[in-house]
Amino acid sequence: MRAESMASIDQNTQLNFLPDFRNLGVILRILVIVTLMTSVAAALKAYTLRDWLDALTVMTVLVAPVTILSLLALGIAGPALRRLDARAAVALVIAAELGICTLVIQLAYRGPFDVAPGGSARYWLFTTVATAFVLAYFNLRNRALSPAVTEARLQALQARIRPHFLFNSLNAVLSLMRAEPRRAETALEDLADLFRVLMADNRKLIPLSRELEICRQYLALEELRLGPRLKTDWRIGPGVDDALVPPLFLQPLLENAVYHGIEPSAEPGVVTLEVELRNDKLVIVLRNPYRGERRNQSGNRMALANIRERLLLHFDAEAELSTRGENGVFQATISLPYTREER
Amino acid sequence: MSAQKLRIAIADDEAPARSRLRDLLEDIAGMLPLELAGEAATGRELLELVQAEPADVVLLDIRMPEMDGLEVARHLQQLEDPPHVIFTTAYDDYALKAFELHAIDYLVKPIRLRRLHDALARSRSLTRLSLDVLHSLAPEPRTHLAVQERGKVVLIPVADIRFLRAELKYVTIRTAEREFLMEESLSRLEQELAESFVRIHRSCLVARAYIEAFEKDTGDGAESRWMVCLRGIGEKLPVSRRQQHVVKEFGRNAI
Repeated sequence: MRAESMASIDQNTQLNFLPDFRNLGVILRILVIVTLMTSVAAALKAYTLRDWLDALTVMTVLVAPVTILSLLALGIAGPALRRLDARAAVALVIAAELGICTLVIQLAYRGPFDVAPGGSARYWLFTTVATAFVLAYFNLRNRALSPAVTEARLQALQARIRPHFLFNSLNAVLSLMRAEPRRAETALEDLADLFRVLMADNRKLIPLSRELEICRQYLALEELRLGPRLKTDWRIGPGVDDALVPPLFLQPLLENAVYHGIEPSAEPGVVTLEVELRNDKLVIVLRNPYRGERRNQSGNRMALANIRERLLLHFDAEAELSTRGENGVFQATISLPYTREER
Repeated sequence: MSAQKLRIAIADDEAPARSRLRDLLEDIAGMLPLELAGEAATGRELLELVQAEPADVVLLDIRMPEMDGLEVARHLQQLEDPPHVIFTTAYDDYALKAFELHAIDYLVKPIRLRRLHDALARSRSLTRLSLDVLHSLAPEPRTHLAVQERGKVVLIPVADIRFLRAELKYVTIRTAEREFLMEESLSRLEQELAESFVRIHRSCLVARAYIEAFEKDTGDGAESRWMVCLRGIGEKLPVSRRQQHVVKEFGRNAI
């Protein structure tokens, strides 16, 4: 277990600021930036709307293929580039961009269009400026978000694990001390493990199997307290164990499920957890009974917002957390890209 | 008086919490004469318990399913000789401040032997809880109404009530099965239950969830008036002229 988490730390820390060019969110951002810059460049040449549209069309004929080829190339070379020193990576990316630009202009000259009247120098300049701008944007974004990761972690620390749970668990352990000392031992060990994870640096991704273990320990403690009122149904699909996930992204949701779904009722209730791989996505569905009661919902919203934020930080637009409550069932669905450690 | 054993009832939805209190009470029994009147896992069970097995002190968990401890304490005050209430809670910053303000007894879980001993030792000398204070601590509507019947306190789930009608100094509570009488003012109930009940008459509140239809009653010939039909009971209730807007709102599904 220890070795696994060390490996994930190594994989996480040695990267430069370059974004993951295979991430949909990153691709979209690049397309938007390039399109905006093209529009502005076209506007500088134009006096009328008509001129502008013409200039935009001419430029797009070149810029679009360059952008697409670049994204393909960066997508392929991305993981290698991200391990380089930042300066070397920037130089390589700009050189590659100029290469691709030249290639496209050459190909276009052979074609039917005279796409670059007045030579390719202006396009080289545009490509360099656009590339530098995109890289600068991701560098800034990376810096802007890094404190956010720390902040999110601290915030998470406070939002997660209700004090209510800690004190009730301690109380339950105390009640076991005399009659069942062995169960009390196990419970304290579970509690210690849970808090070890809570106090740890939680910025690095961990394998799903580890997160599921934390969840099991958490549920064992809740079962101690709630006895037969808490029933769980786990359906873990094949091949999901080594998927990388943010630590403690599932446990707070389980805690919500117990707090809002199980505790308010004297009758037994079931918390269902389904995990499966669906088209390269890890899909997690959590269900619990829900009575639409007015009980303090702010803890719930805080936990959800916190998990959303961390999913965004790690996976950008590719991860999603949605919730709905109907017919007495509350359901949270998380989908995130399936990645695992490279060996 | 002092030789008499202090009878104690425990109410907590978590079995380990009850067993911990039991252990502590056994330890205290050497210092303070006491005996266990019984244990309850819900507020309803506690009310039944203390009526069958009178208790001097109730150790009452605040967070319990179905009915929280504050509401249970309110219903306990309906008893002829209500037990002294000591609240127990794992963590609830906000409520505890209010408790201190009103000198309400509470213990924080995990409970220490010493604290429990002290709370029990002084319990005989304390005054009983005031209903108004309890009401102000738990301003959200009750989930149950408590009525006295033949010397017993009966709990009626608010969700089962079809209508409430003021009659002289009582309020009649009607469920699908039968009627109960309660000593409380209708206007106070109206305020508390405004979310789930609507006034159709100076003396009558009906449950929004059970309204089936409004009918025009032309029986007397002289003047027609609206009657409300409620699911689960045959009785129809008149809507007063002043409350006619309720019929319109119902037509717009606003109820």
